[in-house]
Amino acid sequence: MHRHIDNRRTRVTAIAGVTALAMSACSTLGDDSQSSPEEVSSTVVLLTHDSFAVSDDVLADFEERTGLTVKRRAPGDSGALVNQMVLTKDAPLGDAVYGIDNTFASRALDADILAPYESPEIGQDADRFAVDDTDRLSAIDYSDVCINADTEWFAEQDLAVPRTLTDLADPAYEDLLVVTNPATSSPGLAFLVATVDAFGDGGWSDYWGQLRDNGVKVVDGWSDAYFVDFSGSEGEGPRPLVLSYASSPPSEVRQGEASTQALLDTCFRQVEYAGVVAGGQNPEGAEQLIDFLLSQEFQEDVPGQMYVYPVSPQAQLPPQWERFAPLAEDPYEMSTQEIDANREAWIQEWTEVVVG
Amino acid sequence: MTVALRTRAASRVGPTAAVVLVGLVPLAFLAVFFGWPVAAIVARGVVADGTLDLSGFTEVLARERTWEVVGRTLAQASAGTALAVLLGMPGAYVLYRCRFPGRGAVRAFVTVPFVLPTVVVGVAFRGLLVEGGWWGFLGLDGTFTAVVAALVFFNYCVVVRTVGALWSRLDPRAEQAARALGASPLRAFWSVTLPSLAPAIASAASIVFLFCATAFGTVLVLGGPGYGTVETEIYQQTVTFLDLRTAAVLSVLQLLVVTGCLLAAAVSRRRRESALRLQSESTVDHRLRRGDLPAVAVTVAVVLGLLVAPLVSLVAGSLRTADGWGWGNYTALSTTGSHDALEATVWEAALNSVRIAVDATLIAVTIGVLICIVCSRRPRRPAARRTLSAFDALFMLPLGVSAVTVGFGFLLTLNRPPLDLRSSVVLIPIAQAVVAIPLVIRTLLPVLRAIDERQREVAGVLGAGPARVFAAVDLPVLGRSLGLAVGFAFAVSLGEFGATSFLSQPDRPTLPVVIVRLIGRPGVDNLGMALAASVVLAATTVVVIGLAERFRIQTAGADL
Repeated sequence: MHRHIDNRRTRVTAIAGVTALAMSACSTLGDDSQSSPEEVSSTVVLLTHDSFAVSDDVLADFEERTGLTVKRRAPGDSGALVNQMVLTKDAPLGDAVYGIDNTFASRALDADILAPYESPEIGQDADRFAVDDTDRLSAIDYSDVCINADTEWFAEQDLAVPRTLTDLADPAYEDLLVVTNPATSSPGLAFLVATVDAFGDGGWSDYWGQLRDNGVKVVDGWSDAYFVDFSGSEGEGPRPLVLSYASSPPSEVRQGEASTQALLDTCFRQVEYAGVVAGGQNPEGAEQLIDFLLSQEFQEDVPGQMYVYPVSPQAQLPPQWERFAPLAEDPYEMSTQEIDANREAWIQEWTEVVVG
Repeated sequence: MTVALRTRAASRVGPTAAVVLVGLVPLAFLAVFFGWPVAAIVARGVVADGTLDLSGFTEVLARERTWEVVGRTLAQASAGTALAVLLGMPGAYVLYRCRFPGRGAVRAFVTVPFVLPTVVVGVAFRGLLVEGGWWGFLGLDGTFTAVVAALVFFNYCVVVRTVGALWSRLDPRAEQAARALGASPLRAFWSVTLPSLAPAIASAASIVFLFCATAFGTVLVLGGPGYGTVETEIYQQTVTFLDLRTAAVLSVLQLLVVTGCLLAAAVSRRRRESALRLQSESTVDHRLRRGDLPAVAVTVAVVLGLLVAPLVSLVAGSLRTADGWGWGNYTALSTTGSHDALEATVWEAALNSVRIAVDATLIAVTIGVLICIVCSRRPRRPAARRTLSAFDALFMLPLGVSAVTVGFGFLLTLNRPPLDLRSSVVLIPIAQAVVAIPLVIRTLLPVLRAIDERQREVAGVLGAGPARVFAAVDLPVLGRSLGLAVGFAFAVSLGEFGATSFLSQPDRPTLPVVIVRLIGRPGVDNLGMALAASVVLAATTVVVIGLAERFRIQTAGADL
């Protein structure tokens, strides 16, 4: 019996040993090298939302020019980003932040998580996006959240493409619209704010009641609405009207023809800001990073990477954009303070009206 | 079944001290990487200006909506669990008790849904349910039924694998004897086999219940906004509103519900668990025969109808490109996507995922085995037995607590030396291991508990110390089921998204993170690439699970 056990144990040990060896070759442990003090001063950590993107060569240019190494952390969408920063205020996770939008900016300002910095790169017309006069948030880019229409579908049905928010509640467009839940999706929240701006305190919930009666469909997130319910992208979904962005149509251009269009009278303007994190380890690096986000090179990289418009009027837009992604002339807008003060109450009322 | 005879040999002090020591390691791990973070975030919600403020409780608990949400959570989780167990039992029988060509492949295949990101499953599943989809005529889109079906889709393999692990080794002679004495097959199953399987069924049901009760994406994607649960409510309060007061109350409520469910499961397990006569798998399974037909029919229906259909629509989507059908989305996987959508290619992300999964698996299996060593003891004193079952239940808690709560808790606690891990890559496998450990325990423990205590006692009487007894009695049994546990832990790690997306570094993403990023951008090419990457994730899972099962057969060479 003893020999039997010993043999078995040897075999088990051998297998375990070989496996452990094979596994340690794969392991990620040990990839984490401790940074020396010099490395800390040459590293700058940028906190972003999870849609952040930049061309490799553009970022490499910046790193080469400044001698800085950019590390990034992307904890979630704009709301998750701000909330994380509020919670980690005493021990910040990064030096600079990009991606706080105007629906969450007020919370970031109130929580004192940002240090003032006025970049020399800010253009003269930056005032139009400024949230207050403390220089803590610099606008980097903006976009319009709009209803998109599958124009091919409307042509086939011989139905006029709707134009305004009121049109969407017209029985002619019954069961055609899909939007996202404002509680879980940032375009959903933006669209809710647009309707509050359009119909006012007394009217917006009535409007949503009409949309509900007209068969609006609410889904959880943008991907779900756009790829499953919308007929204009994959061509499989049943609904020709979807909540998306003014910049979505260029992605659906086939053989030089746009098959979708944004309804420019239904848009809410979303602005994204960057700032220096208060109490970060490398404030100088953070300032250089903000300058970079406002530089011509980054600003021109933004449309192709993140489907948003650069704030700099000098930045060139991709040729397709001029044709297929025009902006709203007079989008719905609201101050970040007002949004922050009412967000929870609006979402609750919206849920009662639409979800029941 | 045989009931272990109690002898004096087991009550020596030596083994007890050893067991306590072994138990301290996992306890410390859980305290640092789960207890502390969760306590910290809850404390943020109930402590205002240094004083305890419990007014949030009376306020939140007085809201009608709170109880609506709790009721809905329990209803969805109970329905999902009941259906998963009912459908999973025949599956466990066919895949772990019967022999047929391709069995290993099917076993690995049923695990695929478990690892897919919910946003992808949402697109695949809803693509079928939406008007004009294959199942559009059923009118199920955005209904309670759709949510429950999706919960079963994700959790089917938990039942099949957990119950299968025990069933595959159950001595068939008791059932054969019952049949020889004139019992009908159903009667023999009901009065002989089912009671023996009860601990594994209770194990599986409690895991599935926890997964269902804390399901987040599934509920939102398939159900829509009207199907919010405690979990989605916590997410909303934390991430959208930063209302930590309400979130804390809901987290405590969630913890209470989960603890209640675990206690109930532990009681039902304790009543049933007894030493079983276990066999090596190869002597137990049999070729498919006529009597297996009903079980086979149910399994085929579930696998084809519920599992294969969404996956086929996934594969089909991955082969569709802007210029018709083709492999374009797969060749794109070695790029960073159109307009450099990604920071790393999908292959790099896949490699990163596998490396992280290796670490997570090592941690989860090591800690899980230590816990199982402790929990498989059968002390005679009732107080000691109660302590053990509390110890066991403790490690199940991570499944029942929101990933958002744990994630935000990490940020609050692990922020100063010696544990400044917030920006360390090590935190990702640790966070995944915390979720994988319960599955490792529930896979291994029913098998270990089935060991007849007398075997250990005999070894002890023959002079073996605790380590030697473990090596001689427990280890061989453990070795045979270890592959299953390794596969499970690996699958959990590969598919984990909630905590990972929170902690991962953008330039070193995991596969699910990349997939979610791709599917968040407009254009058919991004969708196609996301689906192709999902197919890669599914294929990786199948390969790893397949290998893990093989690993088990090799160590099973030596039998007692």
